[in-house]
Amino acid sequence: MINFQTSPESYRHWKLSFDGPVATLTMDVDPASTLAPGYELKMNSYDLGVDIELYDAVQRLRFEHPEVRAVVMASANPKIFCAGANIKMLGVSSHGHKVNFCKFTNETRNSIEDATDNSRQTYLCAVTGTAAGGGYELALATDYIMMVDDGNTAVSLPEVPLLAVLPGTGGLTRVVDKRRVRRDLADIFCSIEEGVKGKRAVEWRLVDEVVPSSAFKAALAKKAAELAAKSDRPTSEKGVVLSQVSRVIGTDSVTYPHIDITFDRSTRAANITLKGPKAACPADLAGIKAQGVDFYPLALARELDDAILHLRANETTVATWVFRAEGDSDLVMGYDAALQKFGASDWLVREVLLYWKRTLKRLDVTSRTLFALVEPGSCFAGFVAEILFAVDRSFMLDGTFEDSTLPPAAIRLSGLNFDGLPMGNGISRLATRFLGEPDSVGKARDAIGQDLDAGECAKLGLVTGTPDDIDWEDEIRLMIEERASFSPDSLTGMEANLRFAGPETMETKIFGRLTAWQNWIFQRPNAVGDGGALKLYGTGKRAAYNQERV
Amino acid sequence: MSSINYAEKIPNNVNLSEDRKLQRALESWQPHYIDWWKEMGPEGTSTSEIYLRTAISAEPDGWAQFGHVKMEDYRWGIFLAPPEKDRKVNFGAHKGEAAWQEVPGEYRSMLRRLITVQGDTEPASVEQQRLLGKCCPSLYDLRNLFQVNVEEGRHLWAMVYLLHAHFGKDGREEAEEMLARRSGDADKPRILGAFNEKTADWLAFFMFTFITDRDGKYQLCALAESGFDPLSRSCRFMLTEEAHHMFVGESGVGRIIERACQVMKENRTDDVRKFGVIDLPTIQRYLNFHYSVTSDLYGAEVSTNAATSYNMGIKGRYEETKIGDDHQLENTTYSVLHPVNGGFQAIEVPALNALNERLRLDWAEDVAKGVERWNKIIAKHGIDFKLTLPHLAFNRAIGHFSDIAVDPSGKVISTEEFARRRDEWLPSESDLAYVLSLMGSAVTKPGQFANWIAPPARGINNQAVDFDYVRFA
Repeated sequence: MINFQTSPESYRHWKLSFDGPVATLTMDVDPASTLAPGYELKMNSYDLGVDIELYDAVQRLRFEHPEVRAVVMASANPKIFCAGANIKMLGVSSHGHKVNFCKFTNETRNSIEDATDNSRQTYLCAVTGTAAGGGYELALATDYIMMVDDGNTAVSLPEVPLLAVLPGTGGLTRVVDKRRVRRDLADIFCSIEEGVKGKRAVEWRLVDEVVPSSAFKAALAKKAAELAAKSDRPTSEKGVVLSQVSRVIGTDSVTYPHIDITFDRSTRAANITLKGPKAACPADLAGIKAQGVDFYPLALARELDDAILHLRANETTVATWVFRAEGDSDLVMGYDAALQKFGASDWLVREVLLYWKRTLKRLDVTSRTLFALVEPGSCFAGFVAEILFAVDRSFMLDGTFEDSTLPPAAIRLSGLNFDGLPMGNGISRLATRFLGEPDSVGKARDAIGQDLDAGECAKLGLVTGTPDDIDWEDEIRLMIEERASFSPDSLTGMEANLRFAGPETMETKIFGRLTAWQNWIFQRPNAVGDGGALKLYGTGKRAAYNQERV
Repeated sequence: MSSINYAEKIPNNVNLSEDRKLQRALESWQPHYIDWWKEMGPEGTSTSEIYLRTAISAEPDGWAQFGHVKMEDYRWGIFLAPPEKDRKVNFGAHKGEAAWQEVPGEYRSMLRRLITVQGDTEPASVEQQRLLGKCCPSLYDLRNLFQVNVEEGRHLWAMVYLLHAHFGKDGREEAEEMLARRSGDADKPRILGAFNEKTADWLAFFMFTFITDRDGKYQLCALAESGFDPLSRSCRFMLTEEAHHMFVGESGVGRIIERACQVMKENRTDDVRKFGVIDLPTIQRYLNFHYSVTSDLYGAEVSTNAATSYNMGIKGRYEETKIGDDHQLENTTYSVLHPVNGGFQAIEVPALNALNERLRLDWAEDVAKGVERWNKIIAKHGIDFKLTLPHLAFNRAIGHFSDIAVDPSGKVISTEEFARRRDEWLPSESDLAYVLSLMGSAVTKPGQFANWIAPPARGINNQAVDFDYVRFA
């Protein structure tokens, strides 16, 4: 089982150090600490285990260190900054593992960018020693790349010439889209094994600055201080310690404090029930901060984040995730109001909102069928209701179940369903949903705060179907059974395409175009056949390519 | 702008006067080279005339022309060994194909890198040795130092010629960068670690030419096998010159040993320092240092790059064509020593990946023979002392021994113990200071030698030992 939970005291590959407003995240990969047997993580190369630690560090920097305003990414290896994903690991991994690994590394890089852009915790990169492939992609995720000019240190994306695959973690996209490198120069850059160093790297916009070795440390400190000075993060607040998320994993269940997951193995479905808050939201910021890690929206986001990662990696044959929410919508809306009220002014509440945004995005790019069921006693309200607009289909019971005393189900919208939790395409899920009927967004907005029953939800187009209790069970059963009969691959492709209507952004390009091509190439004999480049890498033998362009 | 008369300025056998492109490239590089030589070449030598060997052709009678010449007037030429008719690629995936006269596109960057790394070592050693002339132990030694220096300069030319002739704009840029880097400079260091070390005294210089130039020899031998014919021919000609460098080193250390033994016998003491000569244990520590630092130059014991460059037909093994196997090594293994659980274990690895180690062991065997010859000098004096080579895992910074601490005998020890006992095995600050203290002012009278070194058995090119090898203006 792959465990996505870790903490700094058990890091094997990263070192965190703090100097007032500047933190340094140093990569020092232990070659022997691998996630699986069959390879060694030499030259600061990484596997999923290294990236799990990186993700943990990025999260902790945001929540536990409000005083940190700039984060320097550095390497402890004087010769190499980072050699990227470990090639041997890719060679011994299943296709599914490779895809999952790439997706997670992409999400982690995106979360670094999110920290810079929205948490005001700016990442900069100190490239000392070569940054190759995924190593350069790590640098690309930061806001400022400072490279040592020692005649040796270079940045490179050598995947095409060396391995017959693509840089799979946003490298190609970020080079042309984020750093705006001219496409013909980018073409050359991606064909040069040893990459580009020194002044040319600056001229081509591959890095921001090159500095001689002797002046590097001072220049880096100066730049970090400069970036830190621009931040609005508080200087004297206490951080929120991200204690271990508690969970119990059974044969057919995973239980968190606020999330219950049960597996129906026969239909390959996971029933995921989010439980609403038990108490009202604290009245003020002080109360929220006193709760810290137990503040309901934060606790729920952490559990949902872990659940998504756990299910993706360890429950690969579960085809369909069926979401429910159980609890009191009034209480949820109390928290929702606090998120809206303090989200713009307070660093912690802002952080919680950003975490929700990222977790929902994780859902958006999850290659599983996502359904949601709105039943009596549910609490799909505000930020929790956003799940409804992330799923592929949603069903709401019209009326009540025969032997139940619960009132009919209702959904409640809040401002957060329109602003503050955008998808990777840069617009809200509702705006994406109603791309062909922009008026519907306005109508939904007008209904903010109201209890919307099945009829109203159907009218507003907020749910897919509203069966009554006579049809409910069969409808849902048939839908889940049908889904389980389709090809998982075609579903992955279909869902990924239908979820992302609307504008293209760097993120959608990475998860769409780059990932799709990468995953195709990962399957091709030119990369993974017995004579493929990925298989032969390190043996010195040349790959024999099938020369047909497809 | 007056153009350079190439036939006169640059002796060559590459048809330079016919090649406009190459002329243009060398024309813009040459002044920079001369500037570099003035700035970084041997200190304070601009007016002296030195009895140098100059190559004016690659024929047996042309590559060693002796005469007194000012260093700046020295004619650095470009010579390739004569072409071998119908030469083939003799190893790797392309075995049996005609050798390449032009760079194959897909191997361009690999070749450029190899040539650049080789080329970079040449000016680096000139820079490392630039102050030694000021404390030379004799005119004979001064001349040898300068000979080595001008030939390192010529070897740079040889590599720059390849870069200019075959690698376009990138090649020209690499050639410029070779003149911009400086040995030991924090901001623009030379590419390889050993070439950023100091060569502060003559014992270090002799050790360097004996041990590190021998690495040069083995690297050149491996590149002389290359399927890229111009590289092969360049390296073959360079090898004729490299032999003299190693002679300078071996005989230099031998003469220091000789002198130490003489003083030990005359005074019946091991404590020769009070007589102003270098003691054998210090020589041993220098040997340990240069041997281990040079070992690193071969790269990792198990290496992808080595496998790739062999399989591509770019860099072969030492005396490749004399080895009796299939020259493709696709299905063979080679036993490589690994550090395992506090000890060592020979592990079979694919032969292609073990080529760095093979070359290292070829070199180590060659070094050991030279050390044995030194031991004969000691034995001849009836002194009970043997110089030994340290274990290959001792004091390594590259490869899989770099993570462990090992004493010279090969016993794995803790890093703390290594740090504590370092000065038993490697030149200490006080060793270096002592040797440096012997390097007084230059000995410049023909036939005179510094107290700490014995004269050579014979002179250069049949000249007497007291010949005026250097004439000061």
